[in-house]
Amino acid sequence: MGLKTGVGGEKRWWWNRNVIMVLWVMLSVGFCIGLHCHMRTESMRKAEETLTSMCEERARMLQEQFAVSVNHVHALAILVSTFHYQKSPPALDQETFADYTASTAFERPLLNGVAYAQRIVHAERQLFENQQGWMIKTMKRDPSPVQDEYAPVIYSQETVSYIEALDMMSGEEDRENILRARATGKAVLTRPFRLLESNHLGVVLTFPVYLLDLPADATAEERVRATAGYLGGAFDVESLVENLLRQLAGNQEIMVNVYDVTNASEPLIMYGTNPPDDHMLLSHVSMLDFGDPFRKHQMKCRYREKPPVSLSSITTPSGIFVICMLVGYIGYAAWSHYDNVKEDFRKMEELKKQAEAADVAKSQFLATVSHEIRTPMNGVLGMLDMLLDTNLNLTQKDYAQTAQVCGRALISLINEVLDRAKIEAGKLEIESVPFDLRSILDDVISLFSAKSREKGIELAVYVSERVPNILMGDPGRFRQIITNLVGNSVKFTERGHVFVQVHLVEHVKMAMNATAETGLNGHVNEVNMKSAATVFNTLSGLEVADFRNTCESFKLLLSHGASLSCTFGGGSVPESIADKVTLMVSVEDTGIGIPVHAQDRVFTPFMQADSSTSRNYGGTGIGLSISKCLVELMGGKINFISQPHVGSTFMFTAVLQKYGKSAGVDTKRSLSEVLPTCFRGMRLTLVDRRAVRAAVTKYHLQRLGVIIEDVSTVNEVLCALSGQNDYLNSSQPGKQPSILLIEKDSWDSKVDVHIQNQLLEYKEAGRIQVVPKVVLILTIESDKTRAGSHVDAIIMKPLRASTIATCFQQMLGMGKCQNKDTLNGSTSLRGLLDGKNILVVDDNKVNLRVAAAALKKYGAKVVCVESGKSALSLLQSPHKFDACFMDVQMPEMDGFEATRQIRLMENKANEEAPPEEGLVKAKWHLPILAMTADVIQATHEECVKCGMDGYVSKPFEEAQLYQAVARFVVSQPIPDS
Amino acid sequence: MLPLCSRVLLSHPFSPMSLMALREQLNMLVNSMYIEGLLDQQFQQLQMLQDASSPGFVAEVINLFCEDAERILTELTKLVDQAVVDFQKVDAYVHQLKGSSSSVGAQNVKLACIQFRQFCEENNKDGCLNALNVVKHHYYLLRNKFDTMLQLEQRIQAYDSKQQN
Repeated sequence: MGLKTGVGGEKRWWWNRNVIMVLWVMLSVGFCIGLHCHMRTESMRKAEETLTSMCEERARMLQEQFAVSVNHVHALAILVSTFHYQKSPPALDQETFADYTASTAFERPLLNGVAYAQRIVHAERQLFENQQGWMIKTMKRDPSPVQDEYAPVIYSQETVSYIEALDMMSGEEDRENILRARATGKAVLTRPFRLLESNHLGVVLTFPVYLLDLPADATAEERVRATAGYLGGAFDVESLVENLLRQLAGNQEIMVNVYDVTNASEPLIMYGTNPPDDHMLLSHVSMLDFGDPFRKHQMKCRYREKPPVSLSSITTPSGIFVICMLVGYIGYAAWSHYDNVKEDFRKMEELKKQAEAADVAKSQFLATVSHEIRTPMNGVLGMLDMLLDTNLNLTQKDYAQTAQVCGRALISLINEVLDRAKIEAGKLEIESVPFDLRSILDDVISLFSAKSREKGIELAVYVSERVPNILMGDPGRFRQIITNLVGNSVKFTERGHVFVQVHLVEHVKMAMNATAETGLNGHVNEVNMKSAATVFNTLSGLEVADFRNTCESFKLLLSHGASLSCTFGGGSVPESIADKVTLMVSVEDTGIGIPVHAQDRVFTPFMQADSSTSRNYGGTGIGLSISKCLVELMGGKINFISQPHVGSTFMFTAVLQKYGKSAGVDTKRSLSEVLPTCFRGMRLTLVDRRAVRAAVTKYHLQRLGVIIEDVSTVNEVLCALSGQNDYLNSSQPGKQPSILLIEKDSWDSKVDVHIQNQLLEYKEAGRIQVVPKVVLILTIESDKTRAGSHVDAIIMKPLRASTIATCFQQMLGMGKCQNKDTLNGSTSLRGLLDGKNILVVDDNKVNLRVAAAALKKYGAKVVCVESGKSALSLLQSPHKFDACFMDVQMPEMDGFEATRQIRLMENKANEEAPPEEGLVKAKWHLPILAMTADVIQATHEECVKCGMDGYVSKPFEEAQLYQAVARFVVSQPIPDS
Repeated sequence: MLPLCSRVLLSHPFSPMSLMALREQLNMLVNSMYIEGLLDQQFQQLQMLQDASSPGFVAEVINLFCEDAERILTELTKLVDQAVVDFQKVDAYVHQLKGSSSSVGAQNVKLACIQFRQFCEENNKDGCLNALNVVKHHYYLLRNKFDTMLQLEQRIQAYDSKQQN
């Protein structure tokens, strides 16, 4: 549903975007059109302004020039009145007038010519005609008919001499003019008409000449009476305006029309052609005042052509439009890009979620599947166990064993995958229980002993004596890491050695500093050694990757350890400093090494150096990544140094807690493998030419309490033996070694005979009291044949304190020493449980019966109870039970609760017990084993938490039962043995 | 298998011919039970625990198991039939049954119990009802076989004691 609306919303969203785009386009188109129009009108307005100014200018000039001409005509009028009428006889004649006007014509550029017409009334006509000698003619050059009044031209400028003797009153316009002029006393104009001769449009200006000076306010009547004549001039307006316009700029662009608009409805054109009506676009009208109040004139200007649309008014908007479109496009593109990215991001997010979910599901699946596979696999392995107990022929046994080995490998692989899944799911927790590091290392070593012997590589462990015996941590995980590293090393090593060392970190640092101080010398030595010989000062004499770190500092570590423990008295110093111990564990091998290109991804899960690795050596490549996780969970770091074809050294640190001293002895017993103490104080001489190897051997022997003297060759021993006798003179017979421990490379058949002979000789000579036993240390099984007859015993590597102890026991016939860890199977279980009183608590009768029967089979005396409460009542302090098997899930009081109660009771009893009896105190700790059907980690942890000593699965499996029982039953001293 | 068993029951207990036949039939019965998955290796362990000192051990355990199982099954039937099922109680009972069946080696019953417990954890009533039926089915099948087996064993023992006499 949500998805659907989402899609709908998206569609609307798209639609919106397009609409917005269309709107944007329309908007920008509108804007551009608007801009265009605005620019057009603006340019129009400008053109109009220009036109106005030009028009006004023209009108003013025309008016001015006109006025100037009118003034001159006025002046002529005054001239005529002065010289013609006020002089007697008149001082003016046609000749003078013509001369004068011709010479002053420049003053009147607008006038074609001037003429003077005298006012003649009809009564005077005859006289006048006689005087002048010609007839008054009309305009049409006919003799004038009888009129009241005449106005014949008497003087005229040469240019207009053709009008002489013409009666001006005969022309309609002139007559009107004359009448108006003499009435007003001002210059008057005719309406435009075609002038005689030139046929140009023109107007005639008429000025009255009075006989006497008239006052300004004289009436029209008085004026008419005083009129003497009229001065007239023809304005050739056409040429006049043309001349004028020619003088001005912009002449070409504008068209000028001058109209006489005295009759407003019917304007008379004075200049210019009538424009076509259609382009009356722009025009300006200026009024003209030619000094005649009756006549009105106006000038009309317009552009000759329609003003062109300016380029900018087109380019600017289109440019802006283009920009708008671009901006729009960019916006659109950015928007859609944004949308796309958003959509992609959403998809990504979804995919990420899916991927994460898938990862979680994968881890869960792995965990579940591994668990599910484990259950049936346990069945398969159990059946195989049983099958191997039955009577099989050799082939069948071989098949079954192979199947079992494969099954175990599968189980361990599944466990690894499960671990990995658990680590990824963050479900793996590191427990903190006391454990003995040395016995764990011994176990790991034994695990790989067969393989190392087969390959002929030396597998050795060295734990610094400053590392406390009991530490708090997760023994299982610690073992897992070391097993993994050692397993890898053994797998990839064909010759040489695999060497596990454990030191305290601060100790290692100290030693490293010391190495650095002696760096120069050490370096030189190293180089010499490398060039001179191929024998290195390592465990097996082969070169190792982390050379300096191992051999140089190992020696220093040894010496430091010794000196420190001497100085501070048994290494008690670190214990007082802090309650945490940081261990540095290194696993060094002389294997094929890790190719440089693969070194980066060694700790990546499922990565191996290359695919050929898995072909040649097998494995999944998950181990190291698990180890890394585990080390990090333990608060440490893991790293490695590797040289191809030389070897690798893996180092990791782990922070562990020191174990509180309060319950020390007791736990130590149950936790660690019990080493026999009967060798304490025994003397032994070790023959080994390699210091490192000797140190390892010494480490194991020291754990047995043996006093060691080490020499590098057999001859030295013999010398020492013979010399010792002289020196000590048998005063202290115990000082001589009872065992000679010889490394295989100091041994050959010659030495064999030689040493035996020598020893016998010494004995006979009384130099030694007992012939020391000769023990040979071998790495490879096949070397046994070379051992020869004079060897008393052979110890196979890898060395392990308990193995050495067993060997010595057998050789020396010390049967009474307890050593049970080599025994196995039901006989040993019988041995463990025989005669023991065991309490079995289970509410399920069937289970109870079966468990009881199973335990009885091994010779135990079994008491059954069906509830936790009855178990409590039976376990009141002085009781006879040696162990208790407790069901976990019971009604009323479950196994955990019952155990807690029992432990409480015991504590009480221990407190009440007399304090001087230390043994009794340790006695009141009844081993309680949980019986549970689901053997998972959580249950185990809870078992430990509430004071149980271990757990067995239900129904009993022999091997597991043995393991669980052996851990505590053996450690109980058996009083009668 | 059943017709065979009934024929065995019909045959005369003390017929001299029947000793070998009885042993063989007992073996066949047990083998068939292994093959059908009714029993697992734990039962073998039980048989191995039986020796001269405790001749009736297997029979005793089987009887114990049957009593226990029948008690539990009655309880379970009551519990599951109720309108509101107390799954915790049911689970506890099933756990007990699982424990005893695994001790006896009654594989099918054990597996059915595991299934049953899963339904309990899911608080799935229908599933529980079904699972209970499955458990019952397996159990009754097993009990029939056990009965036959015990009868056979009794006869063999009786025959043995008679011979000794």
